[in-house]
Amino acid sequence: MRTAVVQFPGSNCDEDAVKAVVSVMGASAELVWHTTADLSAYDLIVIPGGFSYGDYLRSGAIARFSPVMAAVSAAAARGQYVLGICNGFQILTEAGLLPGALRRNESLQYRCELVDLKVENANTAFSRDYVAGETVRIPIAHGDGNYYVDEAQLAGMEARRQIVFRYASEYNPNGSVADIAGVVNESGNVLGMMPHPERAVHALLGSADGARVFSSILTSWRDAHEHVNA
Amino acid sequence: MNTSTLDPSAREVRERGIYRQFGLTDAEYARIVELQGREPNYVETGIFSVMWSEHCSYKSSRRLLRRFPTSGPMVLQGPGENAGIVDIGDGLAVAFKIESHNHPTAIEPFQGAATGVGGIIRDVFTMGARPIALLNSLRFGPLDDAHNRYLFGHSVAGIGGYGNCIGIPTVGGEVVFDERYTHNPLVNAMCVGLMRHDQIARGAASGVGNPVLVVGARTGRDGIHGATFASAQDPGAKERSAVQVGDPFMEKLLMEACLELIATGEVVGIQDMGAAGLTSSSAEMASRAGSGITLDMARVPCRETGMTPYEIMLSESQERMLVVMKRGQEHVADAIFDKWGLEATVVGHVTDDGLLRIVEGERVAAEIPVTALVDEAPVLERPSQRPDYLDALKEAPGDHFAPRSRAELEADVLALLARPTIASKEWVYRQYDSMVRTETFVRPGSDAAVVGVPGTKRALAMTTDGNGRQVYLDPYAGGALAVAEAARNLVCSGAEPLAVTDCLNYGNPEKPETYYLFERSVDGMSDACRALGTPVISGNVSLYNETGGQDIYPTPVIGMVGLIAQHEHITTSAFAVASHQVLMLGRVDAPLQDGLGGSEYLAMKAPDEALSWRLPAFDLTLERAVQSACLDAIRAGLVQAAHDVSDGGLITALCEAAIAGGRGLAIDLDVALGQALGSESSRPDGSGANTRGQDLITRLLFAESPSRILLAVADADVEAVRAIAAKHKVPMVTLGQVLAESDFTVQLHGHVALSLKVDTMETAWRGAISEWMR
Repeated sequence: MRTAVVQFPGSNCDEDAVKAVVSVMGASAELVWHTTADLSAYDLIVIPGGFSYGDYLRSGAIARFSPVMAAVSAAAARGQYVLGICNGFQILTEAGLLPGALRRNESLQYRCELVDLKVENANTAFSRDYVAGETVRIPIAHGDGNYYVDEAQLAGMEARRQIVFRYASEYNPNGSVADIAGVVNESGNVLGMMPHPERAVHALLGSADGARVFSSILTSWRDAHEHVNA
Repeated sequence: MNTSTLDPSAREVRERGIYRQFGLTDAEYARIVELQGREPNYVETGIFSVMWSEHCSYKSSRRLLRRFPTSGPMVLQGPGENAGIVDIGDGLAVAFKIESHNHPTAIEPFQGAATGVGGIIRDVFTMGARPIALLNSLRFGPLDDAHNRYLFGHSVAGIGGYGNCIGIPTVGGEVVFDERYTHNPLVNAMCVGLMRHDQIARGAASGVGNPVLVVGARTGRDGIHGATFASAQDPGAKERSAVQVGDPFMEKLLMEACLELIATGEVVGIQDMGAAGLTSSSAEMASRAGSGITLDMARVPCRETGMTPYEIMLSESQERMLVVMKRGQEHVADAIFDKWGLEATVVGHVTDDGLLRIVEGERVAAEIPVTALVDEAPVLERPSQRPDYLDALKEAPGDHFAPRSRAELEADVLALLARPTIASKEWVYRQYDSMVRTETFVRPGSDAAVVGVPGTKRALAMTTDGNGRQVYLDPYAGGALAVAEAARNLVCSGAEPLAVTDCLNYGNPEKPETYYLFERSVDGMSDACRALGTPVISGNVSLYNETGGQDIYPTPVIGMVGLIAQHEHITTSAFAVASHQVLMLGRVDAPLQDGLGGSEYLAMKAPDEALSWRLPAFDLTLERAVQSACLDAIRAGLVQAAHDVSDGGLITALCEAAIAGGRGLAIDLDVALGQALGSESSRPDGSGANTRGQDLITRLLFAESPSRILLAVADADVEAVRAIAAKHKVPMVTLGQVLAESDFTVQLHGHVALSLKVDTMETAWRGAISEWMR
């Protein structure tokens, strides 16, 4: 399985994503520069956290125009897995690859802490190693994580089971609509989440609950591969 | 020499006393004329004024700084470079430094604090190290004042805004609130970096003809004379234009580009442009190499049009570096900086004439011997006089303010926990990304932060500590205590302390009493550094923290880094396992003699008397032994959790340990005192008027006697810990037990002296600062 971690100027969780892929999936991951025009060689594309281009405009609003994003869109259309974490989630919504938008936290402050998440849908390629309804601990670190969709969109997403993670334990750290922490696209191959699964991959980091996002992808990829090979 | 027609002439500089506006004295100006052999022109006067400012020249402090121990077997780079470096074995090294940004913060807290962070990060990556952690030590006035809340809130936002964006975790620090900091807040930022020995870069401009490059951001008109203003009192009267503006995105690119450039091996020298910008970076790089530098102002990329040599040389625009490359290798810098979308521009070259020569095209705008700027900078012998108040301090205070009843005592404990200085700093650190880089093993809130060393089983513990009130009450002991507490915090995390970086914040050094406090506290710190084997490898001095004649407390802040040999040794302050015993290393009975002098409790209960009583006794030999015993016990795998007793005394340490562990504690002081005093005196209620009843419990719970560490230890391991304590000749007593339920009780004289729920304490402690900042 081949993984690309996209590196924008200002990405700062790029190396962490590589480390998590290597340690959890036992596979290599390559950093690809934001000028890359072709990502067809990869099975998984991670858009990591950080402050792409400084995020001096709306978070992710500049990055969506970078050359690599056309390649990401093409990859998503081909069915390759795309995982956007934090700033990556913001970029994917700005690029229209995921529904909704991420606004300033309701507190108007940056928040970094371990939070409880409820696994809402354990039937996606990114969450199949979780148990539906279970509560897991994964850290957040963002200033603009307040997810918004209107009521009609929300109803559609609920019906299509696009909500994968919700903030749990009656603590919504940013004001997100319906406590939404992570969503998947309609085809099920693009996931965006504000919490950082790559920061919760072994006990020394305070939680290993994020590892299953990466193991889920690997399992999904193997299944698809065996299917193709068979 | 030609000068720009826009600048005043050399004669006008003298006749109109322009040099005085730049902060130079008449005597200094006369000395400059002597060194130059002529009257300096406007540009030269500006350059001298910043280089000879307190901020750049350390003229009031240089003599004192020589007293610090600065060498040791692990020290790879001591003071004098952009940051110090210590060896951590296996070819790896740690670079770190702390620096103040007090004066800019007082004027513009968001940018002042943010650029403090930016500057210290550059100091560390300049050495070739990858920054891996940030800490910050903050002091503000009380939160009941709206302006203090503004300064505090915006400083925290500025620190977060910078560190979060650049992607270096902010893992620790401290915040203290006191009236003395109302007009002069302190923001001291520390950065820790990791490197291989072969990656060490230095700031020397050697090799005649080698090109000198300005890399990173363009030069603008911001921050001109920032260093000069940082060396004057009354920050409120200063100009906002002297405050720099930070761009963490630019710095992230600059950091990546510089580390990539240094790794090529084609860099001769590299230096951050911090205070006094191009002026100090070029003069210092030439000074270190004994060379000269010629810079052409016409080639410096500027953000604004029409900038004069004076403005370019004195600008403190952020996110810029000065780089000397090997001749002919400029293209290496070009390629790397181009990839990161940055400029790398050759603006001059290294010479062998010992001159800092500033040209603008063909015109020479300034020409100054480098030695005149650096070596000939004034070193002052400030008069020193012991303040009278030190001799008027009273011995162990009377306890007339002791709570009269159990209910009052419980209310006092909750009130103490809600004091912003004692309360949880979660409101602060949840605004900082403490986890990026995924090596943060102990996040903010424990005794020290712990950050892993990638690819090894080792980790680094780091902390900042300082208690200005203690230094005010006893500058020698207070200075030593700051070092001791920092080391104690590292030891409680399972680390062996390695070295110190210090940020020395004081008032106006021209006052003999202030200078005395500075001098004596440096002596105290120096002796403690020697006793604990932690040399000073870098640091910074901030003077003139004074407004309206009122100085801040003398506030040396100690940044310290320690090495944890194995992940298994990482220890936190969370007493988390029910049935474990609560032990104390050190003297539980010390408060009976020491009293409450210098304590946060006294400051709360009797603010008018808080500065009337002497500090508890401090013995460096006992301190060292307590720390050795603690570290030995941790390394032997006998300790579940450890927490040092400091601000707020024993009760605060117990509450913090209980809250962090989510457990109750049952503390029996009768047993503890019996063990400490022997069976003869096991009924201390008969031991004299000063130590009876409520007085006794007040002292035991709230005194801030040093050299004490609490441990949580399994029953089966208690004897082994006792043996280690005995080996180090350290007193050890059993204070009580960790409980499964959330009751927190303290027993004395066979009665329950205090009984609270951990939840109640936690609410008071955790919510206090948020409540103020709503």
